[in-house]
Amino acid sequence: MVTATKASISRAIRTVAGPTRLGGVATDWIAPALVLAALLAAPLVLSDFRVALLGKFLTFAILAMSLNLIWGYAGMLSLGQGVFFGLGGYAMAMFLKLESVQGKLPDFMFWSGLTELPFFWAPFQYAWFAIPMTFIVPAALAGGLGYLVFRSRITGVYFALITQALALIVSILFIGQQPYTGGTNGITNYTTMFGFSINAPSTQVALYYATLAVLALTYLLCTWLIASRFGRLLVAMRDDENRVRFSGYNPAILKTIVFALSGGIAGIAGALFTPQVGIISPTMMGIVPSIEIAIWVAVGGRGVLLGAIVGAILVNGAKSGLSESFPAIWQYFLGLLFIGAVLVFPAGIMGLLRGEGWRRPEWLSVQQLRNGATRFIPGVSK
Amino acid sequence: MSVLSLPKAFGSFRFLSLSLLVSLGILLTVACGSEAPPAPPAAQQAPVAPGTVAESAPAAPVAEESDTIKVGILHSLSGTMSISETAVHDAELLAIEEINAAGGVMGKQLEVVIEDGASDWPTFAEKARKLLQEDEVAVVFGGWTSASRKAMLPVFEANNGLLFYPVQYEGLETSPNIFYTGATTNQQIVPAVEYLLEEGKTKFYLLGSDYVFPRTSNLIINKQLQAAGLEAVGEEYTPLGHTEYSTVIAKISSAEPDVVFNTLNGDSNVAFFKQLKDAGITAEDLPTISVSVAEEEITGIGADNITDHLVAWNYFQTTDTLENAKFVAAFQAKYGEHRVTDDPIEAGYFGVYLWKAAVEKAGSIDVAAVKEAAKGISFAAPGGAVTIHDTNQHVSKTVRIGKVRSDGQIDEIWNSGAPVAPDPYLDTYDWASGLRELAQAQ
Repeated sequence: MVTATKASISRAIRTVAGPTRLGGVATDWIAPALVLAALLAAPLVLSDFRVALLGKFLTFAILAMSLNLIWGYAGMLSLGQGVFFGLGGYAMAMFLKLESVQGKLPDFMFWSGLTELPFFWAPFQYAWFAIPMTFIVPAALAGGLGYLVFRSRITGVYFALITQALALIVSILFIGQQPYTGGTNGITNYTTMFGFSINAPSTQVALYYATLAVLALTYLLCTWLIASRFGRLLVAMRDDENRVRFSGYNPAILKTIVFALSGGIAGIAGALFTPQVGIISPTMMGIVPSIEIAIWVAVGGRGVLLGAIVGAILVNGAKSGLSESFPAIWQYFLGLLFIGAVLVFPAGIMGLLRGEGWRRPEWLSVQQLRNGATRFIPGVSK
Repeated sequence: MSVLSLPKAFGSFRFLSLSLLVSLGILLTVACGSEAPPAPPAAQQAPVAPGTVAESAPAAPVAEESDTIKVGILHSLSGTMSISETAVHDAELLAIEEINAAGGVMGKQLEVVIEDGASDWPTFAEKARKLLQEDEVAVVFGGWTSASRKAMLPVFEANNGLLFYPVQYEGLETSPNIFYTGATTNQQIVPAVEYLLEEGKTKFYLLGSDYVFPRTSNLIINKQLQAAGLEAVGEEYTPLGHTEYSTVIAKISSAEPDVVFNTLNGDSNVAFFKQLKDAGITAEDLPTISVSVAEEEITGIGADNITDHLVAWNYFQTTDTLENAKFVAAFQAKYGEHRVTDDPIEAGYFGVYLWKAAVEKAGSIDVAAVKEAAKGISFAAPGGAVTIHDTNQHVSKTVRIGKVRSDGQIDEIWNSGAPVAPDPYLDTYDWASGLRELAQAQ
């Protein structure tokens, strides 16, 4: 930590010395605009199946961005991000299932011996209730858990372990409560969404563009947030929490807010996942998917918003492509990719692109420092 | 602008061009699957790989396409279910290989596209969609868990595909796009309970894993017991993968049942039977009857832990038919002497032949035509004759109850004498009235 801060400082001074507006524009706006243009054009050149698949990857990209926000910028590695994604997905699944069964009892409730709809299911038949809930439920869980954890000044690896435990607990809970959650099967077999056939190619393309719009909005929100005073505080906390505390800020509150926001964004990603894939199941909330999310971010480039998007799409694209071409041994290729990501290009793809493949991505904090985070770190303003 | 900004600006240009490449790469990665050659194992299995055809007859791509029929296999080749599903995948490949060697279907060779469901239900849905939309396969053989079937069902219905599902299951389902070659409840669970009642058992203890198959099975068993004026002395569920059974065994002992009806699945069986033996309870003291433990699982449990306990299936490796002798010999010749066959393996194998018979009768691979032609089609399967039902797309098959031997094989002690017609909603049982209405009112 100490060395990292020192390196940041020396680079900060260099960067501050030379104005680099052009570089900033390129990295912050032009590259994302190119990616956006490619994604906008994708449905014109890809088959229906590939569009649906890419749509799924985009929900993963939003999810990866939610983790990047807290891990890349605020330094909190959450290994339970899949839980928030799953909660959003389940809230949407409840809405879709209730629309599909048209007032009857969902099939898994009947198998499990229920005779009427549980009270907490009933409001989910209304879109005005279900859709906000895809954000509110995961955000509330993240906020509640976060406040308890951060108030006790639990950080680093202990925070990662607690969130991993959360993933285990919630997935076991959902598997065990079959009458209310569909158990291991999850919730599947939706027919319509807002009256449109959910499997129709036009619906899938509409969902794809809706996902892309949410992705773009999330990107803008995160960009704005990171450039704001709040964002600079996050980076400052990541680099030295004590200094932030001694400067008169309450890190517990700041962290709780960003963790809740991150959970809510992950929930929205889950809500977009469910109708495109046609099923949500507890496997999405287990420990393995949550670790995979961290891998997407690491491969793409931690601490670069675009990195999370690129990482999520590339890793999942590789996963699908490899498993189609080599169904028996595809996991070995993926393993090699991950080992490579850790050993060869620790700064991720975005780091490689910037020619910083062999270094730790310290320039991140530098960029933020340049924008004025220095004032929160007494050592730098000296 | 100072001189310092020059290299920075240069850097950002390089960055720009590279990011363009990345965006292209994204598109390519996603699109590449559609141009990817078929899976290498598939190419090895199918005598006519598209690559070789293209080389030998590049001028006639249209004619070449109609030389083969694409079929899909979709099982978990990785993850927790792979231990069971790989064997079914092997049996289906064996059947396809035999069919190709004998001249194919309607004179066309079968070309296999293999996908990995990875023990993950959303992946099953994704791969099913890929097989139907991208590869446009005529039929898919696949699935094991009810969860994977439930995940694939909407995909097959929306794309009007055809799925042959090879595992015994909980019934109460008739998708127009699925053929169920495993047993439904009246071909396994219901006759097993009838057998136990005839044997004079009156105190049933129901033990199962906590998911849809055990829950639905026990719903049915409870109704059946009620009709006989009985009541289960206990009902217990443990999470999938649960391995600590001492508490459960204590509960069972204090309930003093005549028999334990076991619907545990997977690893839990290993722990349960081992701990039952460690507690000093033998099959003589307390017999159990299992519906998810076959030869393959017995290998994992250890035959001496489960010797003399009962199992209910439609096929055993020891089933004495000419077809079975040939099937076991062919399976072991291809995959090794140490391999065992069991009920789902057999159902996966004969499913391919049933589809072949239906296609040849229909003279087409069109789904509607194949479904129409499939009605009443029979095949001499290793476990005896199987016939596709006229309306519900399940098959009639012989019910068998067996006792586990100390070498891991199973001795048949009872069979239904003739194939039992499938009745997924148990319409023919008075005590089950209302089940169809309830199940379809979902």
